[in-house]
Amino acid sequence: MLAGWIVDHLWISLVAIGIGAILGVTTGIFIAGKGRERTAEVVLYFAEIMMTVPSLALFGLLMLLLSRMGLSAIGFLPAVITLIAYGQLPILRNTCTAIRHVDPAIIEAGRGMGMNERQLLFKIKLPLALPVIMAGLRNAMVLIIGIAAIAALIGAGGLGVPIFRGLRNARMDLIIIGGVSVSVLALLVDGLMALLERWITPKGLKG
Amino acid sequence: MIRLERVIKIYTDGTEAVREVSLEVGKGELCVLLGPSGCGKTTTMKMINRLISATSGKIYIDGMDNTSIDENELRRNIGYAIQDLGLFPHMTVGDNIGTVPALKGWPKAKRRKRAKELLELLRMDPDGFIDKYPRELSGGQRQRVGVARALGGDPPILLMDEPFGAIDPITRVGLQNEFLKIQQELHKTVIFVTHDIYEAIKMGDRIALMKGGRLVQYAPPADLLYRPKDEFVAGFVGADRGLKGLQLIRTKEVMWRSPPTAKPEEEVKAGRERMERQGIDWLAVIDDEGRFTGWVVSSNLERGQKVKEIMSTSAIVATRNAVLSEALSLMLTSGLNVLAIVDRHNRLEGVLTFQAIQEALREAAEEVTV
Repeated sequence: MLAGWIVDHLWISLVAIGIGAILGVTTGIFIAGKGRERTAEVVLYFAEIMMTVPSLALFGLLMLLLSRMGLSAIGFLPAVITLIAYGQLPILRNTCTAIRHVDPAIIEAGRGMGMNERQLLFKIKLPLALPVIMAGLRNAMVLIIGIAAIAALIGAGGLGVPIFRGLRNARMDLIIIGGVSVSVLALLVDGLMALLERWITPKGLKG
Repeated sequence: MIRLERVIKIYTDGTEAVREVSLEVGKGELCVLLGPSGCGKTTTMKMINRLISATSGKIYIDGMDNTSIDENELRRNIGYAIQDLGLFPHMTVGDNIGTVPALKGWPKAKRRKRAKELLELLRMDPDGFIDKYPRELSGGQRQRVGVARALGGDPPILLMDEPFGAIDPITRVGLQNEFLKIQQELHKTVIFVTHDIYEAIKMGDRIALMKGGRLVQYAPPADLLYRPKDEFVAGFVGADRGLKGLQLIRTKEVMWRSPPTAKPEEEVKAGRERMERQGIDWLAVIDDEGRFTGWVVSSNLERGQKVKEIMSTSAIVATRNAVLSEALSLMLTSGLNVLAIVDRHNRLEGVLTFQAIQEALREAAEEVTV
């Protein structure tokens, strides 16, 4: 049973971070562009507001919205969407800041040698921003694994199931099993991502 | 090769960075843009490869208006070197040097070969450095890689923005000399930005002195030194133009080409005769391969029978391409009034005497003033 909850929990979180990473990093790159400072402010502000909305309220809102659209209002879909939304702030903020802070002298050198904007992005800016972007993804991942426990309330399964079951039936053991598992899972995934971060950091940047 | 016609740059905030600059740089010439900070020299340079767009005026490269060429294509054919900050920290030395070749679509093996050639040219061990990262290099080595990278695609034109700026004076002098030597082989058309008058005099075939966005005087270094156009130029060049003139002359132009020498195994007596005949108080000591090992000076002649007993060994030497200011400074360090000029293998090529420096300076000043 525990294994099943863990698998569910991981699955929801991984799908959310996967989609969230693609969405957040591309948006982050976009809003880091020249002349988009205002856009960046607005986007980041929204991501911040998103984090201040209690997760339960967000689930509720989504249920209304999704049922209006004729989609499944409970279970996997609303859970993943909520988690994606929660993970956006660290991903967006880190991506945008990292790309903006690449040494302008380095960018000018690239431009002066005839790189176009795309080449500048993929050969210079992204590799140099990668460590900070990765740190943002790690941050988001830990956040998402924690919040995913609440997804059990809308029938998405995961480690929230034993926790809420324990709460309803005054079963301390279930609460502890669920809670500890969430923490351990978060720590493990964080450790794995730290390894990944080291592995993909360009060699010349490791000090 | 490069022609600027009444080029003006006014920034959107109204700053007039460059005001009607016209100048022409011939093929294979090294033109220094010199001036205090904010004089518009860097802006002028960056308009050539269109990193900055000119507000008005034309810039021709080989007769072609540079705005008629695709900007990235234009830049790939103009080498660009800036202070060491510009190296890509996440790329190896080889990949840094191979940047432009990669953009031009050269295959990997050819890029690597080119990088090795250029490391060799800049006197860095190709196999030792090609896979290193910029942070593993010293300041001087980074600067060399910066120059090598600018030469990567073998461009006919080089733009260099204080390329030897952020390094210690000794390394700097060495790099300047090496660059001049490379330039003698490659004959690139170079625009070289600096605020250092000494560097300008030493490096430039012509110097464009700028002030407040205007070109004040565009002339060979000697003219700038000895025939300043106005008060500003005279002030910028400074009162010590005699000393600065030392930057204009190379040791090979004034050195004593087959100076009197002695061998370590020789009798002192023979040496003394040679000194008396030449009217000098020194002899350069060389070994059988002609390598310089030290000096015999007249005050020590009584101390032994053989040259090797009385000679003082010395490692202070200069090369034939060193400018007189560097040679003079070495001479002062050595405490002698002569300096050995050697080749790469430490073989004696000549001797520079203090007297020769004085004469050269006097002649240089007379030549321009008459």
